[in-house]
Amino acid sequence: MATATLSTVQLAPGQAAWRRFRRHRLALAGAVIIVVLVLGSAFGPYLLPFDDTYIDIMKRFAPPFSGAHILGTDELGRDVLARLMMGGRVSLSIGIVAMVMAMAVGIVVGAFAGFYGGAVGAVLMRLVDAVLCFPTIFLLLALAALTEPGLVTTTVLIAATAWMAVARVVEAQVRSLREREFAVAALAFGSSNLRIMFRELVPNAIAPIVVAATLNVAKAILLESYVSYLGYGIQPPAASWGNMLNNAQIYLTSAPWLAIAPGLAITLAVTSFNFLGDGLRDALDPRMNIP
Amino acid sequence: MARYVVNRLTQAIMLLVIVSAIGFAILHMAPGGPLSQFAASAQMTQEDLDRVTKQLGLDRPLPIQYVDWFGRMLKGDWGKSYRDGEAVLSVISSHLGATLELMATATIIAVLLGCWIGILGALRRYSLFDTLATVGAMIALSIPTFWFGLVTIYVFSVKLGWLPAGNRQTVGDGSLLDLLHHLIAPAMVLALVETAMWGRFMRSSMLEVINQDYIRTARAKGIPEWRILTVHALRNALLPMITVAGLQFPTLLGGALVAETVFTWPGMGRLFLDSIGYRDYPVVMGILMFSATMVLIGSLLADILYAVVDPRIRVG
Repeated sequence: MATATLSTVQLAPGQAAWRRFRRHRLALAGAVIIVVLVLGSAFGPYLLPFDDTYIDIMKRFAPPFSGAHILGTDELGRDVLARLMMGGRVSLSIGIVAMVMAMAVGIVVGAFAGFYGGAVGAVLMRLVDAVLCFPTIFLLLALAALTEPGLVTTTVLIAATAWMAVARVVEAQVRSLREREFAVAALAFGSSNLRIMFRELVPNAIAPIVVAATLNVAKAILLESYVSYLGYGIQPPAASWGNMLNNAQIYLTSAPWLAIAPGLAITLAVTSFNFLGDGLRDALDPRMNIP
Repeated sequence: MARYVVNRLTQAIMLLVIVSAIGFAILHMAPGGPLSQFAASAQMTQEDLDRVTKQLGLDRPLPIQYVDWFGRMLKGDWGKSYRDGEAVLSVISSHLGATLELMATATIIAVLLGCWIGILGALRRYSLFDTLATVGAMIALSIPTFWFGLVTIYVFSVKLGWLPAGNRQTVGDGSLLDLLHHLIAPAMVLALVETAMWGRFMRSSMLEVINQDYIRTARAKGIPEWRILTVHALRNALLPMITVAGLQFPTLLGGALVAETVFTWPGMGRLFLDSIGYRDYPVVMGILMFSATMVLIGSLLADILYAVVDPRIRVG
């Protein structure tokens, strides 16, 4: 009995957060759109009669809603909808995997800097400041130019240019949480520093971390579209939302639909993750008020 | 004040050293090192390569090479372009004007429009205008700049035929009117994200100020509302915007690269992308270092200027 009562009490903050989140209608809409995009990219290709890399020169530049190709075909006669869905797999996966990598680096750097402070903290945080001096696109392209382009490289490089904001958030959190009673208690129990950092402090900073992670996915999807559009990300014939726009500019007069669908998909996905992050910020920590 | 400036300056110099070390590390990450371009040439024997490596001092320990490289950077010797042998710094400076023109125009649009939207949104919080502006700003921040550029070209160049689809001027023309005509579309595209950022920051800054006690005091004293807003609220709300100018500078530079690419604008961003295509590492690294240094100086100036206008900063 006692445990049951206790568990409902523990649930209360979660329920309160859910209630706050539900009020944020745009965030809710964002979450729904993300689910639709993920399911569409995951299962959509199985429902289509066309392969995303199947070239059909006889049917090139078929406009949307004309015949079997719902969103038309591109300059090689490939089905745009099939490419959009397969591109969605690539772009969304990069967004999420790059986020996980950036979070891992950012959390570790931030936790060490915030926990140890002093010289260690100063050096790590100056490193964060220094990397932030490079405009992201410039740094990303310079690194991409030095490496062999591909799925793995693109993901790693995006993560390498997106971890700094997380490190700053975690550092500030850990630095303030370090002085709290539960952290001092853990120290008195003889917990190791690593244990205090990653089992006590970081989990208590989960709210801002979750918000940062959500916004990070949006950023990663956007960055993927930039490098792939500029030709240094995902290479054809594989599709990504960014590289589908690669040739769209040349055919802007004759086949404008090639530019519309992938661009809308990117905007929709990025906007959704941004609104979701906004809603989570309101729901998880009403005190945080970063514009 | 002097102490604050010296402190901030020392920090900036330290940061510049770390930034340059990162730049140097990236340069040496190039497959085959800094000489990869020449190593690929069939006219170059291994013997030649060894000799050149020695001549350029690339066989020395990395820390010594770094100190040497950093010293030459400070003296303005940024190496020579692989493409045509021109000094990197002069290649950059010949493209800088076009980029600054684009960035300055976009910033003026963004500051005027963004501050206006932000102030109005804060004064009529949760009104229809405010809601639309907030949602619009979020969408503007989520649209890929290059795609917005493509849409702009499609609407205003292909469909309406009002604006040129690219370039800085018509060949053979170059009158002020022609230059402005070419500037509109890329500046508009670059200004979108900037306007959204300025609007969001302006709104939150204004909201913070109008809920302060001194505004209530001013109201209680019977000062006319327009005077409270302009003299008491706006002046204080605009101060933190100096920091925003420094904060959004990297985004502005990155956005310029994309806008220049879409609109074939002959600026530094486009030069950067072309140089990547040619594997012209000295120019790539030069622009990377140049843009990072610009960001660093920008944030330094913003901080110092903020301290000049807001005395609380230099005490705390």
